[in-house]
Amino acid sequence: MPTSNQNWTWQCDRVIANDAVLGRRLLDDLLGQLETLHWSRREIFGVHLAVDEALVNAIHHGNADDTAKRVQFSARVCPTKVHIEIVDEGPGFDPDRLPDPTAPERLGCPGGRGVLLMRAFMSHVEFRDRGSRVVLEKERSM
Amino acid sequence: MTMTAYRHLEVSQVGDVSVVRFLDRKIVEDVNIQELGQEMFRLVEADGRERLLLDFSTVDFLSSAALGKLITLDKKMKAHGGALKLAGIRPEIYEVFAITKLNRLFDIRRDEAEALAAF
Repeated sequence: MPTSNQNWTWQCDRVIANDAVLGRRLLDDLLGQLETLHWSRREIFGVHLAVDEALVNAIHHGNADDTAKRVQFSARVCPTKVHIEIVDEGPGFDPDRLPDPTAPERLGCPGGRGVLLMRAFMSHVEFRDRGSRVVLEKERSM
Repeated sequence: MTMTAYRHLEVSQVGDVSVVRFLDRKIVEDVNIQELGQEMFRLVEADGRERLLLDFSTVDFLSSAALGKLITLDKKMKAHGGALKLAGIRPEIYEVFAITKLNRLFDIRRDEAEALAAF
């Protein structure tokens, strides 16, 4: 988690079963905090989309839908910034080797857009620990 | 044409166009997306509808898994010689289509009236 001396007004550190429903409950809590702080609808939409995609990646791809595995979810919120880290127990992946889903020959593929959307809607996206930890940050536009 | 009951869709007929509205404001849950996909595919494969207008005006949020279902639906429509149009997409969701360049794949119109006129 971030080591900066940011004055977080809400934080959450949980380890959950590999279940999308449990992940989305944590996501709803996080979005509720942003609503309380009057973040804009577009910004909340972006955080919603990015974190949802990251959770889906962790549960379905990283942990390969294995119910014995766990997902670590950490979030920090303050009026101007949100920081989320999601960790799975999978082997990781190389985000730089993902094919471009916007290439004409891939436009008709049903999947492969999650990382693109995370990067588009968040201020900072970083993959650590060989790709099994995703760090998402969004700065509020004032 | 066979009429079918749907859990996630409301389907009405305007001339020869089937207008489809979504009953879920947020299209995220895995099970819901799978069911939604099956219902949309039935519109084409079982009901034999050839002109589909998907009206997103009730939808607040959708994830990339839902985009995947729309892409598969588009392929099925084209395979059946049908036409698919999308309308009523709120700005945040349209941004998702623009970022992924799926606004080039789909015929997206501002609202239902404009889409109906374009068939």
